[in-house]
Amino acid sequence: VTSSSAPTAMDDVVGERSIVVCCGSGGVGKTTIAAALALEAARRGRDACVVTIDPARRLANALGLDELTNRPTPIDGEWPGRLHALMLDPKATFDDLVARYADSGEQAERIRHNRIYRNLTSTLSGTQEYMAAEKLYELTEEGDFDVVVVDTPPTRNALDFLDAPGRLTRFLENRVFQALMKPTRVGLRFMGVAAHALLRTISRVAGADIVSDAVSFFQAFEGMEEGFRTRAARVRELLRQPDTAFVLVASPRPDSVGEAVHFADKLGETGMSVSALVVNRVQPRFADDSLLERLPPSARERPDGSARRAPANEEGPSAPAGALEDLVANLRGYTAASDREEQAYSDLVAKVAPAPVYKVPLLGTDVHDLSGLAAVCDLLFGAGERPDRAPSAADAPAGGR
Amino acid sequence: VQSEAATTLEEVMDLRAFFGQSRVLIVAGKGGVGKTTVTAALAHLASSAGLSVLVIELEGREGLNVAFGQEGPLDYAESVLRAAGAAPEDAEDDSAVPAGSVRARTITPDDALLEYLADHGLGRVSKRLMATGIVDLVAGAIPGIRDILVLGKVKQIERNRLADVVLVDAPATGHTLTFLSSASGLLDAARGGPIRSQAADVVDLLADPARCQVVLVTLPEEMPVNEVVDAAFALEDRVGVALGPIIVNGCFPSFAAGETSGAQAGAQAGLALSADVVRALDDARRFRLVRQRLQEEQLARLAQQLPLDQLRIPYLFAPTIGPAEIDELCDALAAGIHELRHPAEAAS
Repeated sequence: VTSSSAPTAMDDVVGERSIVVCCGSGGVGKTTIAAALALEAARRGRDACVVTIDPARRLANALGLDELTNRPTPIDGEWPGRLHALMLDPKATFDDLVARYADSGEQAERIRHNRIYRNLTSTLSGTQEYMAAEKLYELTEEGDFDVVVVDTPPTRNALDFLDAPGRLTRFLENRVFQALMKPTRVGLRFMGVAAHALLRTISRVAGADIVSDAVSFFQAFEGMEEGFRTRAARVRELLRQPDTAFVLVASPRPDSVGEAVHFADKLGETGMSVSALVVNRVQPRFADDSLLERLPPSARERPDGSARRAPANEEGPSAPAGALEDLVANLRGYTAASDREEQAYSDLVAKVAPAPVYKVPLLGTDVHDLSGLAAVCDLLFGAGERPDRAPSAADAPAGGR
Repeated sequence: VQSEAATTLEEVMDLRAFFGQSRVLIVAGKGGVGKTTVTAALAHLASSAGLSVLVIELEGREGLNVAFGQEGPLDYAESVLRAAGAAPEDAEDDSAVPAGSVRARTITPDDALLEYLADHGLGRVSKRLMATGIVDLVAGAIPGIRDILVLGKVKQIERNRLADVVLVDAPATGHTLTFLSSASGLLDAARGGPIRSQAADVVDLLADPARCQVVLVTLPEEMPVNEVVDAAFALEDRVGVALGPIIVNGCFPSFAAGETSGAQAGAQAGLALSADVVRALDDARRFRLVRQRLQEEQLARLAQQLPLDQLRIPYLFAPTIGPAEIDELCDALAAGIHELRHPAEAAS
């Protein structure tokens, strides 16, 4: 197989799509993959921007910067396209949004000083996700980019990202408070009574000042709901348009693979699909099965092949002593781990079919500069590497190692 | 050969002293560092020393049950992961003490709020409050109320002495800091009401090292080390909570044969190994050495940047953590705890 054959799904992602959403649970290397995809797009001559939510400076450092801000920063390098990066600041993004939809500077100011608003980005779940989606929208509409790659927050339920625009709108349109602010309107009187009962309850639990803060929050936002709702609807549309690619990143572990499968299923239920999956940090395999059979028997070997310490078997058939035993145990340990990773990987390939699954091997060092990112690109798009798809009936049997 | 944790009386005493330092241990760390595994190992270890353990899971993860060889999600109601007096299945010797029980439950903000409302005579309206989305509203109005309700429930469990050791499997760091600083944040913001006194109680709990400590979990890799160093300083500065030892997960055990080539080792054992076998042995050996060297750099950096004790537990080749793996981690934890308590012995 050569790399010059038909383009792969990942070629399509970085070469053709205008939005790439990287999803996955925490700790799987999502930020690195997102940055590598943006870099690859720039290497192919496109204008790319990567949006990260990782507050650690690692990505900034990897891109040769001291820090990233909430605005796209150009990254210099030897590629035909352009590469920009920004780190999402949910609070600043929300402030921008408020400024955009407020009737006056005075209203925006009033909102920014409201205590509930000040805490909203940290207290209302989904706000960070929504701001990531909002930033994506802003960059797509107003930025001059061919492709925007967004690294989503590591939520337990990755679908929160898709649901987030709706959550904020629902919060702002809370009927109880709407009714409270318009108690005189005919037809809402019942709601008004119910709202007052609820507010009394909240006052008893949380103190009366909380209620007055809440009322002034919704008063401050009055008249902006419509703008927010329209905007949220457009953000949702953007995520659902065919030009948007979802790339799932997972570790080669059963729990991580389980989450990726769950996400792919959920995405499918809403009529969207995963463009590609990346299994990151896959251990190398040093020996095939026939070689393993020819290894000197190790006294440490357990029936399941792992290298756990066990009592030495003195009567074992010519068990080699000392160093060889350690080396054999080490090789078998890595091979067993690799088998299990391979199993998790095969399960993923089968379950997300026909979406292609890419493997990125564990690198010798962490990625902390542009050449490290370029190495990840080469592994994803490199010579001869083709993604695995679930075998069709006509294909050879799956590798059921 | 010691096959089980806490088989001798001396070990039991070490473990009881370790777990007796504070009743609540909050196990925190970045996602993917093995927090749930470490929580399971600590629970198993404490119960091996005859202590009763209650594990509180905050994010509804399932790894804990699997580690104890059980299935099905945890619930707001307690379930028993290990019965009191239960002997380990493959125990070779009798333990010095009968095992304490390990129970587990979840606490979610919604559950905690329902219970809180019921405790305050509002059980009747609580369902309606939840249905109207009022929780989001209150959460917007009161910074960190979700976290305070959860921590308030932990405090209640600690006060009522429902277990000798209460282990809290905390949200991933980043969130841990927000989670634990919620109470002091609320004290600044709220001027009155029962929630404020709840927050004051939580602040008291966190500030008292005899009642509560945070155990940070990390991996001997670059990013996890950076993050745990930042988290440790932020927790001390912003929350004022006492920090227990750092638990470093996934440390390669020593590799004595690391500098011996496959060919040398074969010759030493009197075996003629084929070239491809030698190459595979050497590839795996060199890979291990590279990873191990990276680890050692990171462990040294961690020790240098963070003046806290380290408890190192081994890298396991198995990707799924079951009872056998937990036993192995417990052995390493017990050895580390022994070393911390008897530094002179270890040095000699």
